[in-house]
Amino acid sequence: MDLSFTPAQDAFRSEARAWLNANVPRDPLPSFDTAEGFEAHREWERRLADAGWAVVNWPEEYGGRGAGLIEWLIFEEEYWGSGAPGRVNQNGIFLLGPVLLEFGTPEQKARYLPAIARADEIWCQGWSEPNAGSDLASLTSRAALDGDEWVLNGQKTWCSRGAFAHWMFGIFRTEPGSERHRGLSYILVPLDAPGVTVRPIAQLDGEAGFAEVFLDDVRVPVADTLGERGEGWKIAMSTTGFERGVVLRSPGRFMATAARLRKLYEARAAGLPASLRDEVVRAVTDTEAYRLHTYWTVSHFLAGGEVGAETSLNKIFWSEMDQRMHRTALSVLGEEAELAGPWTDGFLFSLAGPIYAGTNEIQRNIVAERVLGLPRG
Amino acid sequence: MQFTFTDEQRAFQRAVRDFLAKECPPEHVRAMTTDATGRSPKLWKGLAELGVVGLTVPEEHGGLGGDEMDLVLLLEEAGRAALPEPLLETAAVGVPMLRASGGDLAREWLPRVAAGDAILTVAMSGVTLADAHVADLILTPRGPVLPSDVRLEPRPSIDATRRLFAFDSAGTDDVAFDRGALGAAASLCGIADRVIELGAAYAKERHQFGKPIGSFQAVKHLLADALLGLEFARPVVYRAAWSVATGDEQRSRHVSMAKAYSSDAAMNACRAALQVHGAIGYTHEHDLHLWLNKATALAHAWGTAAWHRECIAL
Repeated sequence: MDLSFTPAQDAFRSEARAWLNANVPRDPLPSFDTAEGFEAHREWERRLADAGWAVVNWPEEYGGRGAGLIEWLIFEEEYWGSGAPGRVNQNGIFLLGPVLLEFGTPEQKARYLPAIARADEIWCQGWSEPNAGSDLASLTSRAALDGDEWVLNGQKTWCSRGAFAHWMFGIFRTEPGSERHRGLSYILVPLDAPGVTVRPIAQLDGEAGFAEVFLDDVRVPVADTLGERGEGWKIAMSTTGFERGVVLRSPGRFMATAARLRKLYEARAAGLPASLRDEVVRAVTDTEAYRLHTYWTVSHFLAGGEVGAETSLNKIFWSEMDQRMHRTALSVLGEEAELAGPWTDGFLFSLAGPIYAGTNEIQRNIVAERVLGLPRG
Repeated sequence: MQFTFTDEQRAFQRAVRDFLAKECPPEHVRAMTTDATGRSPKLWKGLAELGVVGLTVPEEHGGLGGDEMDLVLLLEEAGRAALPEPLLETAAVGVPMLRASGGDLAREWLPRVAAGDAILTVAMSGVTLADAHVADLILTPRGPVLPSDVRLEPRPSIDATRRLFAFDSAGTDDVAFDRGALGAAASLCGIADRVIELGAAYAKERHQFGKPIGSFQAVKHLLADALLGLEFARPVVYRAAWSVATGDEQRSRHVSMAKAYSSDAAMNACRAALQVHGAIGYTHEHDLHLWLNKATALAHAWGTAAWHRECIAL
């Protein structure tokens, strides 16, 4: 066990910090769920990509630096610590990218990965449907084979960034008569194809963070199937579960929130109830615990260990921690918490955490069934 | 950054787990609760032969010369087994205090400890003196004391396998206190691990409404939350072990986090396990209380979670 970073890792951190300090926009960009903010965020992503910081752990040929997972975690700490903008292409970078890297053909990787890294193409996820949320395997959107094309019909919903995205990666039922997890395929869909209708949905903050996507005889090449036909569920849930479990929300983001909360508290501590100090300490130490747990998990993974359903524990922890931190911040703000601002925006977003990427109730079932071995209900 | 234990450290942990499964099953722990001394010289000797008691004793004094990173997993095993022996006081705190004092004291006592012939306990503010009736030497920040030289006034203990005594104005020793808090934190992780295992096993076996109660979500989520607390406490405890072993400047902060997270994790895990067991878990005839009482004792000795959080500078 050695919890110190190597000189090379320290140098990598310094290099990232220096670049970010010199380049992060001084003023916050408008929300990426507005037309103006979406473009401003894409522009920022291009600057990141030009300097080689967009996807540090991807291979160089696709726009990365071939950095390891530890370096990626270091970069994330520096990125969020610098106050840099949210990642408008996070679905592409963190959700689709790892799947493409593992299951994509060389042609698919070359075609899609560099465009993700440069934010030339923004992706949304087409998994949930109006009647398939927590019970995702009950999804009914289908793809029928016609020559070398799929013909897609159905409806996807809760597609984050869907209002402005260019592409959607989705799971469709490709095998007629199939049920549940079987007979699904992972298909890439251009949102400008004929037959696609995107209806933006305003979220709690009033911005069009979601969309629902209607598919009406939409034709896409069979070559845009990711992985084997009929194996969509396995591909969506496979080993990349680890990648998603760790990379979707790295510790750096929450450490930055805790640091801002500490500053907010310290500036106002004199007039605040003593009990709030304990809440702030918990916020700071919870983010530290999350960071340690992440390095622990990554070290275990790098040493050849298997990591599976434990990622569900991660998801429960960060989402509930994020909510607690924002509630504490609102308590520190007192009556000012009624005024809309960065903390209230963050609070609203934190409310979504226990819902997206698999509700925390489903995650707790997964932990109980797959880690503790309790019987399915 | 390599946040893993070595294969040797894991192998030693497995050896200790196997040894305790055989030599310290719940029947033994239960027998010790009503035993005159509550201690088994045979078990202590066995632990010494395994190298556990002398783990932190330098090699030139007959020990293994290990550090906190070697010890932390073994104390977790002690917690898993609800081991009724002052291993924490002896190996985690007493031996390093003897090492630090050096000289004749270290030369006289360390080989005896490593051989299993001497038991240590420690007295300092923030912790009630434990197991002094079987100790050969009481270490305090003001210097060593022979148990025969003080009047040992017993105090009632919620953990019948941890006998307590009054001891006034022992003084403070920050490093030794951190070692004790770390040792308690590791033991608490082991206790949490065991009671979650007991709770999950019972949830699979106990049927109500024609189904194992573990198939109900309310029960699943109770145990999942207990596991969540434990899994996030463990790396915090292991980091503290590294910090104590390497003399990191953040040592005290890291230990405070470890004790706070492990105390909460163990108390929550015990509560969940008790709830899953229902009324049978609330009886003396069921074994669960052996861990529950030890968790309550260790969660409050060596600084409570609230006290440690108060120590953490923002």
